[in-house]
Amino acid sequence: MRRRDRRFILIGVAGLTLVLAAALILTALSQRITYFYGPSDLVALDAPPEGAVRLGGLVEEGSVVRGQGLAVRFSVTDNAASVPVTFEGTLPDLFSERQGVVIEGTMGQDGVFEAHEVLAKHDETYMPREVVEALQRSGEWRGPIPSDAPPESEGP
Amino acid sequence: MIAEFGHFALVLAFCLALVQVGAPLFGLARTQPRINELAAPAALTQFLCVALAFAALTISFAVSDFSVSLVANNSHTDKPLIYKISGVWGNHEGSMLLWVLILSGFGAAVAYGARRLPEALKVRTLVVMGAVGAVFLAFVLFTSNPFLRLDPAPFQGAGLNPILQDPALALHPPLLYVGYVGLSVAFAFAVAALWLGEVDAAWARFVRPWILVSWSALTIGIALGSWWAYYELGWGGWWFWDPVENASLMPWLIATALLHSAIVTERREGLKAWTVLLAMAAFAFSLLGTFLVRSGVLTSVHAFANDPARGVFILAILAVTVGGSFALFAWRAPLLKSGAVFAPVSREAALLWNNLFLTVATATVLIGTLYPLVLEALTGELISVGPPYFNTTVLPLAVPLLLAVPFGPLLAWKRGDLLAASRNLITVTGMTIAVMVIAYTFMGAHEGFAFLGIGLGAWLFMGAVKDLYERLQLARIPLAKSVKRALGLPRAAYGTALAHAGLGLLVVGVASAGSLRADRVEALAPGQSLAIAGYEVRLETTGSYEGPNYWSVYGDFSVLTAGRVIDRVRAERRSYPTEAQGTSEVGLHASLWGDLYVVLGEQQADGVSWAVTAAIHPFVRWIWFGAGLMTLGGLLSLSDGRFRVGAPRRARKKPGGAAASEGPA
Repeated sequence: MRRRDRRFILIGVAGLTLVLAAALILTALSQRITYFYGPSDLVALDAPPEGAVRLGGLVEEGSVVRGQGLAVRFSVTDNAASVPVTFEGTLPDLFSERQGVVIEGTMGQDGVFEAHEVLAKHDETYMPREVVEALQRSGEWRGPIPSDAPPESEGP
Repeated sequence: MIAEFGHFALVLAFCLALVQVGAPLFGLARTQPRINELAAPAALTQFLCVALAFAALTISFAVSDFSVSLVANNSHTDKPLIYKISGVWGNHEGSMLLWVLILSGFGAAVAYGARRLPEALKVRTLVVMGAVGAVFLAFVLFTSNPFLRLDPAPFQGAGLNPILQDPALALHPPLLYVGYVGLSVAFAFAVAALWLGEVDAAWARFVRPWILVSWSALTIGIALGSWWAYYELGWGGWWFWDPVENASLMPWLIATALLHSAIVTERREGLKAWTVLLAMAAFAFSLLGTFLVRSGVLTSVHAFANDPARGVFILAILAVTVGGSFALFAWRAPLLKSGAVFAPVSREAALLWNNLFLTVATATVLIGTLYPLVLEALTGELISVGPPYFNTTVLPLAVPLLLAVPFGPLLAWKRGDLLAASRNLITVTGMTIAVMVIAYTFMGAHEGFAFLGIGLGAWLFMGAVKDLYERLQLARIPLAKSVKRALGLPRAAYGTALAHAGLGLLVVGVASAGSLRADRVEALAPGQSLAIAGYEVRLETTGSYEGPNYWSVYGDFSVLTAGRVIDRVRAERRSYPTEAQGTSEVGLHASLWGDLYVVLGEQQADGVSWAVTAAIHPFVRWIWFGAGLMTLGGLLSLSDGRFRVGAPRRARKKPGGAAASEGPA
């Protein structure tokens, strides 16, 4: 086998793999991504989005109602609009009223968001960036971007 | 006082790093080799200074000196001493200091560890390492100073996030940093080689130990993080395709590719430019990871402080490193002449196949990680790219790669015989099919992925066994001779087999735990039980107690099979008053075949019953056990005499063709 043939085979295999990978990536990016909405965005839509989406905001004060067994209802708000949510399962340790949450699930025709998963957050001061931005968009954000950053201090 | 001392030591280290860069540059320009000799002592004293600074910060944490802002924000007097110390790197500033400590330690090791390192290569490597060190020291000093004071000092600290107070997570960051920083050594060697315009087998032999160190550390570091997530976050997930996990996975994938391509460079003087390119890319990916984690551009469970100044600084480092090194590559790479020619079927080609899939997989992970950022910047749309994307892109790429693994070691260098290798693998194929049939009968076809994945794992594991079997020529020559061969076999050969076998176990674990998991959630009062997968989980009692820095509510459970109690487990909900935060401590009934995972949820409205989640994670432990074996394989290769630091010989040519089939991969 000549040197040129060898090189041709190598380049051919590499090119094929790249084409395959590109095809995989493009299909996956067009079908396998999850859109993120704030409560105001979701309410403003004409029809509920198809498939699973994420909803982020604050757990509305006084909205958490525990039902039969492990069922729980609460509302997610950005202080401009509010979306009722149903969930069945155990809530993450950090779930509480006035806290930021991100929820994955589907929006029903009846305007109730059925949650498959309430995403665990690691830190009580940490708020998902999407939630902050959703609050900023609805003009309800007050205060700086929270983080677990130590406050700037005056030191020598 | 101690904090000021640490700060001063850090400034001194920065100056020494500048000396480490400047002196040899001057010496090389004026061809005055005596000046070059300054680089090594500069590297050593720089390390000592950073070590002093690190010790000063550790002391501040250990004695809870809350006049130091970082201590006040991340520590608490009630915390056990081990978590006071691990708290040093449980935050942005301290972890950057640890990073710089490891970097300067590796610099000192390059300066004094490898005595046979050619002077020209050593000086240039030290210059590059000094430059990387200076940049990171400047980053720490100007944007992330850990020694800032607080006035007045508070009486009590804010505590460390309780979920970080865990032994696995105390070790996870240092190991990852050893991995990332080890890649910076490979980067320094690569740049130095381009600078010299010369790459040979000896160069590869000098770099490989560093690649092995960082690869092993990354492997075990990532595994520890995943193990921690599994038992600490309370829902049994062990990999989330979280952007920050991807940030550690990408350097690992590239390091794995580099590990394999460097073999070709070392053994056959081939793929020189490619190996150099990968070494630079690996460091670029670890910088990218740093940027993603610390700049706040990502939404992630791992997100550190988001201070824009830091993000811009790291982005600048990244731009200069990537731009500079790739420009250097474009300019100098034509000087690297690869001598070795090889057939499309050969050991080299197999290693290239590995590289092809690993780099393409890295690219898909990179695209999935950055796509949301780009889309948001361009259109303002917020999306999340999660497990569905990564599973549909990375898994199809992993399959051809994993299928090819057992062939690699059986192919000869230069020109291999695929037919002979296939014939060699007939028994392995048969056993793989047997395993798949068994898995199929036990699990059925409803989860096709599981039994195919288990088959793939078995194929890898038995392929590795077969590799050793072939090398020892068991059953073909007298046993005594096989034993003699076993003793004579280089440790790197055992390392390869061990790592490939570990990969097989990991694949079995991922395939079964990923697709066969089952769980049940029920409200239980004491005395009631729930049934899952042949187990009965009975809540016996609940109670509460006070820990050193938390309150705990717990449930004691009995695990029964066929009416007999086989284990008792305790699941807890802890609340940490200082941090105003809670954690779950899961109850685990662990076995080789799978874990029964019990989580205590919230108390129900009736006041007696509790939400209880019980889940089955089949073969889940194999993931970390496999990763552990892979790490051991890496360390075993590292201990191979050929890599003993300081002892390598220059481009030793093995006589005859026998060397080809003997060669450890």
